[in-house]
Amino acid sequence: MMIDLRRLALTYQSPDGEIEALRDITFSMEQGEFVSIVGPSGCGKSTLLSLIAGLETPTAGTIEVDGERVIGPSPKIALMPQRDQLFEWRSIRDNVTLGLAVRHQNTPERRAQVWELLERYGLSEFAAKRPSQLSGGMRQRCALIRTLATGPDILLLDEPFSALDYQTRLSVSADIYRIIRQEHKTALLVTHDISEAISMSDRVVVLTHRPGTVRAIHDLGALRTLSPMERRDAPDFRGFFNLIWKELDVNAQ
Amino acid sequence: MPNEVPSSQRLRYLAAIRRRKSLIRFWQIFVLAFFLIFWELSARLGWIDAFVVSSPSRVCATLVNLYASGDLWLHVGTSCLETVVGFTLGTVLGTLIAVGLWWSDFVSHIADPYLVVLNALPKTALGPIFIVWIGAGTASIIAMTLAISIIVTILNMHVGFLSTDPQKIRLLRSLGATRGQILRLLVFPANYETLFNTLKVNVGLSWVGVIMGEFLVSRAGLGYLIVYGSQVFNMDLVMATVLLLAIAAVVMYQGILWLEKILKKRLGVIA
Repeated sequence: MMIDLRRLALTYQSPDGEIEALRDITFSMEQGEFVSIVGPSGCGKSTLLSLIAGLETPTAGTIEVDGERVIGPSPKIALMPQRDQLFEWRSIRDNVTLGLAVRHQNTPERRAQVWELLERYGLSEFAAKRPSQLSGGMRQRCALIRTLATGPDILLLDEPFSALDYQTRLSVSADIYRIIRQEHKTALLVTHDISEAISMSDRVVVLTHRPGTVRAIHDLGALRTLSPMERRDAPDFRGFFNLIWKELDVNAQ
Repeated sequence: MPNEVPSSQRLRYLAAIRRRKSLIRFWQIFVLAFFLIFWELSARLGWIDAFVVSSPSRVCATLVNLYASGDLWLHVGTSCLETVVGFTLGTVLGTLIAVGLWWSDFVSHIADPYLVVLNALPKTALGPIFIVWIGAGTASIIAMTLAISIIVTILNMHVGFLSTDPQKIRLLRSLGATRGQILRLLVFPANYETLFNTLKVNVGLSWVGVIMGEFLVSRAGLGYLIVYGSQVFNMDLVMATVLLLAIAAVVMYQGILWLEKILKKRLGVIA
């Protein structure tokens, strides 16, 4: 098992009281698998990613990555945050090597590897540009390369496309999907967009309203072999969509 | 479509903009010229007492005398030097203290009421204390300037540091960044704009500090000239000095704008 979550729970303490964010979360992920987490807003999806990334400590339960307990940020795991979060005062080249700079790994070899990624995904000619000079789709690709640059095994994607318009979103998610598959990474995507989850992942985990807990886990079966664009036209797509839509139950609390 | 001939509407629009611009410039110059001529005429025709309100020609003569005696650059230079030292110290020390407050939330909560009181307090009241403690000289003037600019710098920079995007901090933490790295790679660069705005505010504040300081204790400088001029009832000297002060302040402000442009390019804030 690449990621193994067992009876995970998190309760926040604040002067006004306790907030139970997550309760009894148990699921695991295989090496190379793409899993999406969908849930109503405020159900603790992002918090779950923070826990796996080692940024917060669970109040109960365990997280194991590659057989080891998570106790802090690890080079095996990389987080792709909401929006692209590129730094405007750094060039594209310096943005994608941010992780290397933080980890003191900014060696010529690592830089060459990152340069290869930039070239492979059509960004090398923009290396000296500023983030604001790039389109939304290209910025997302940069954010992904920044995530890949430190050579992680697992990518945690925290609603990375939420700021994009619908058109861009469809093409960028297909783009990102292709790169993640091509680089053979294990990926966990958090989203509130049901169709995005179905079009990109192998399995979909549905969380309930706060306190977030696992409502259902769907194996997308035959859809797994199709590309995101093809999936949206596949007959199974609507079935999964309606099923998950009902489970999310937007009207009930 | 660069080769296309502009439409007649477009040409009329451009001509109207040009006309408006030159009209504004004309009135700007007219107001100044009218003011100067009216001032000069009133003095010459005896409508006002030139001994009390001076006149443009007398101001000019005073400036020429100052220049000829060689004192002009002494006074301008002294005040400018004090201002530059004061606002540089204020900005650097204030930013360092703001970094400390960002680093420790606990310390920043302890410091909070003191900063509120120091911010509300008119710093010029501290002038006599500085003179007693540090002595009647340039050091006291700089201390005064520092007192005025440092509190604003601390408050501005601290607020700027605290408003750093939490998602960007989360990204750096997920990469395993230490607090020092978060400061160096994110919090400080994200606040270059805050720093430049603080610098601009500090230039103005430092002039207040320097002039107040020179009013209290000095043997040279523009503040000294103003006080000296008023004490010997030489209003020509007072008016001439105020004019010099206005010029020096504007030149220094423009200098900061220029420095900002250069630094922004070097720091990579703008491409």
